[in-house]
Amino acid sequence: MQTAHSANEANYLTYKGKYKGLLGWIFSTDHKRIGLLYLYSILTMFSVGVLLGLAMKFELLAPGKTIMEAQTYNSAFTVHGVIMIFMVVIPGLPAVFGNIMLPIMIGAKDVAFPKLNLLSWWLYVLGVILVLAALMFGSGAPDTGWTFYAPYSFKSGTNLLPAVFGAFVLGFSSILTGLNFLVTIHRLRCPGMKWTKMPLFVWTLYGTAWIQLLATPVVGITLVLVALERMFGIGVFDPALGGDPVLYQHLFWIYSHPAVYVMILPAMGAISEIIPTFSQKQIFGYKAIIASTMAIAFVGYLVWGHHMFTAGMSGTAQYYFSLLTFIVAIPSAIKVFNWISTMYKGSINVQTPLYWAASFVFVFLIGGLSGLVLGALATDIYVHDTAFVVAHFHYIVFGGTGFAFFAAAHYWFPKIYGRMYDKGWANTGWLVFFIGFLALYTPMFYLGMMGMPRRYYDYLDEFHSGNILSTFGSWIMVTGLVIIVVNLVRSARKGEPAEMNPWHSKTLEWTVSSPPPVENFDELPVIAEDDGPYNYK
Amino acid sequence: MYSPEVTQASNFVQGVDTAFLVILGISFFFLIVLTVVMIYFIYKYNRKRNPVATQIHGNTTLEIIWTVVPFLLTMVMFYYGWAGWKPMQKAPKDSMEITVYGRMWNFSFEYENGKRTDTLFLPKDQPIKLNLVAMDVLHSLYIPAFRVKQDMVPGMENNFMWFEPQREGIFELYCAEYCGLQHSYMYTYVKVMEENEFTDWLVDTTQVAALDIESPTATGKRIMQNIGCFACHSLDGSKLVGPSFKGIWGEEHTVVTGKETRQVLVDEEYIKSSIYDPNEDVVEGFSKGLMLSYRGQLSDDDITNIVEYLKTLK
Repeated sequence: MQTAHSANEANYLTYKGKYKGLLGWIFSTDHKRIGLLYLYSILTMFSVGVLLGLAMKFELLAPGKTIMEAQTYNSAFTVHGVIMIFMVVIPGLPAVFGNIMLPIMIGAKDVAFPKLNLLSWWLYVLGVILVLAALMFGSGAPDTGWTFYAPYSFKSGTNLLPAVFGAFVLGFSSILTGLNFLVTIHRLRCPGMKWTKMPLFVWTLYGTAWIQLLATPVVGITLVLVALERMFGIGVFDPALGGDPVLYQHLFWIYSHPAVYVMILPAMGAISEIIPTFSQKQIFGYKAIIASTMAIAFVGYLVWGHHMFTAGMSGTAQYYFSLLTFIVAIPSAIKVFNWISTMYKGSINVQTPLYWAASFVFVFLIGGLSGLVLGALATDIYVHDTAFVVAHFHYIVFGGTGFAFFAAAHYWFPKIYGRMYDKGWANTGWLVFFIGFLALYTPMFYLGMMGMPRRYYDYLDEFHSGNILSTFGSWIMVTGLVIIVVNLVRSARKGEPAEMNPWHSKTLEWTVSSPPPVENFDELPVIAEDDGPYNYK
Repeated sequence: MYSPEVTQASNFVQGVDTAFLVILGISFFFLIVLTVVMIYFIYKYNRKRNPVATQIHGNTTLEIIWTVVPFLLTMVMFYYGWAGWKPMQKAPKDSMEITVYGRMWNFSFEYENGKRTDTLFLPKDQPIKLNLVAMDVLHSLYIPAFRVKQDMVPGMENNFMWFEPQREGIFELYCAEYCGLQHSYMYTYVKVMEENEFTDWLVDTTQVAALDIESPTATGKRIMQNIGCFACHSLDGSKLVGPSFKGIWGEEHTVVTGKETRQVLVDEEYIKSSIYDPNEDVVEGFSKGLMLSYRGQLSDDDITNIVEYLKTLK
C-alpha cells in the first residue's frame, strides 16, 4: 500500500502502534484511521438501509400485499429512516471526510482532542448496537416512522425505547465531533492560514459543527422526555395524560431541521473543492460562498415550523415560518450560481468526481426547487405528507448529500488509499446510478401531485403506474451502487499506485504523500501571503 | 386525486393551483437554464478546447444581482403561497358544521341532526366547516380534489377546516398522517350532491351504507375496515381475540355448537351466520360471547362484498 513518495516511512494505513491488527484500528486516535472506521461502519449501515429501501420499493410494485405484511412494511420504513438519517447521512461527510481531511487541510497533525474523537466513534457504535438490539430483540421493530410522533409512539406496542435511547447516544457522538472540529479549526490552523485562506470544505465543516453543538442537545432532551413519558407517564406529549402532541413536533423539528443542514453543508463544501480543482480555476466568489454557508447555518435554526403547516399551529406562526423558509433558499441559490460560474472559462478536466459534482448540482437544484413548493403555504397544504415530500427529501439528502459523498469518495480516494480506481468502471457506475436515481425518485413527485399520501403500505389503482417505474428505478440504482462499491473496494487493494496530487489541486492535503504519513506533516506548513487554497496559475 | 378535469371542485382550487403554477414555472425555468448553462460550460471549456483557464476571482455586481433577483422571486412565490392559503383560515359564519371523528383506522362524520356516516355526503355550493376530533392518535384529513388538509390532533379544541364544494361528484378522502398498522386503508369518499338531493339524503335516517363505487373486493375490505373487524381478526394468520381471516375461505374448521364439536365448511352461509349470530358456532379454541351480532348494521349486500374480499385472503 505504499507509494514512491513514502517508501521509507510507514503511512497511516501501515504503521504499527501499541496494538496490532483490528485493535490497532479500533483503539487508534489517528484522525485518518478514525475516519476510515466511520467510513466502514457507515457503509455497513448504509447497506442495511438500502436493502430495507429495496424491500419497501418491491412491496409497492403492485397494490395489495406483494412480499410483506403491513406491520413489516411499517417497521421497514421506520428502521430505514432511523438508519439512514441518524447513522448514515448525519455523520456521513463530516465524520468520514471531515475526520480524514480537516486536519490536513488546515495544516495540523491531528484534531484538537484525538481521544475524544475516538470516543465519538465508540459512541456511534454503541448507538448503532442499541438501535439494532431494538430490531432483533423484544416485541418487534419500532413502527412509528423515524419521527417518533406522539402520541402514536406512546401507544405502539413495539420496541421503541432501545431505539430512542440509541438515537440519543448517536446524538452525543455528533455533539462531540462538532465540538472537536470547532476547537480544531479555531486553534490548530497552521501559520499563515487565516480564516480567509481556509478551504471551503473546512468552512462548511465549521458551520456544521456549530449546528451539531447547539441543535443536537434539543433532540437529546426530547428523546429523554419520550423515554420518561413511556416509562413513567409524566404527561408532556400524550394528550391522554394532559400533554401536547404538537409540542413534541416543535421540539423534534427544532433539531431535525437544522440537522438537514448538517447533512447538506459539508456536501456543498466537498463540491466547492471539486469544481475548482477540475476547472483548474479560482473558485468564483469565495467570500460569497462563506457568507452563504454561515447564513444557512444561522437561518436554518429558524425554519423548523415548515414541517408543521398542517399540524395546527397559529396562522401567524405559519406566515413567518413560510417567509423564513424562502429566505433560507437564497444562500443555496447563491452557491449554485457560484459553482456554475467557476466553470466559466475554466480548463475543465472531465473525470469521475466532476461527473458526480455536476450531477449533484442538477439533483440538488431539483431538490431545492421542489422545496419551494413545500415552503409556500398554499401548495404545502396540498402536498404535505404525500409522496412529493418523500421525493423532495430524497433528492436533497440522497441526491444532495449522497451524490456529494460519492463525489468526495472518488475525489479523495487516491489520497486516502494511495491507489487509483478504475475510471471506466467508476464512470459506468455513476451513469447507471444516476439513471436509476432519477427513475426511482422522480415518479414520487408525480404521485404526490396526484395526492398519494406517504408511508403507504397499499394504494389505490390510480397510483400504480408511478409506483412501477419507481420500483424499476430502485433496481437500476442498486445495480449502479454495486458497480461503484465493488470498483472502489477492489481498487483500494489492487489499483494502480496514485500520484501525490493526481488532480493538480492546490489544497494542503495534496502536498503530503498518498496515503498520508502518520502525523501528516514532518514540519508544519506555512501559508505564504500570496498563496491560497484555489490559487491556480 | 389531482386531475386537470376536476377544476373548481372547491373554492380553494384556484388559489392553490395559481401558487403551483407560479412556483413550478419559476422552478422549471431556473432548472432548465442553469442545467443547460452548466453542460454548455463543461463542453465549451473542456480541457481539450480550452487548455488554459482564465483566473476570475469573482464579481461583486453579479453576486448582488443573484442575491437580489432570487430574493424578489422568492417573495413573489411566498406571496402566492400566502394568498392561496389565507382564505382557509377563517370559516364563514353560515357554514354547515359537521363533526369528523378520526380513529385507528376509519373516519366517521356526524351531522347537525345526529346522523352518522362513514362517507362524507355534502351539498354543493354551501360552505362546510369540519370540526376535527381525533380519538386516539394523530390523523390528517386530506381531500386532494378540494386542496385541503388538516391534522387531527387528540385533545386539541376548535380544530377545523372549511371549504365550499363547487362541483358534483365523488372524491377521495385520505388520512395523510401515519397512524399505525392500517394507515393506508384509512380512506373514504366524499360525495357532493345538489342541495335538494342532499336534503333528502340528510333527513332519511335509513341510509347508512358506504358508497359502492369500487370492486366488490375493495368494498368488502372497506366495510370491514370501517366496522372494525380487523381489531379482533387478523389478516396474517396471527391469533387475536378471534380467529384470523387468512385462508379460511373454502376450508373445513372445527367449531363448538352448544356443547358439541363439529366440522363446518366456510362458505357464504357460514359467514353470514357468523356475522348475524356469532355465538352459535364458535371456532374451537376461542371464547364465546365476545362478538355481538351485526344484524341491522350490515346488510346482505354488504356481506356479499365481504365474502368476495375473504376469498382473496389466501
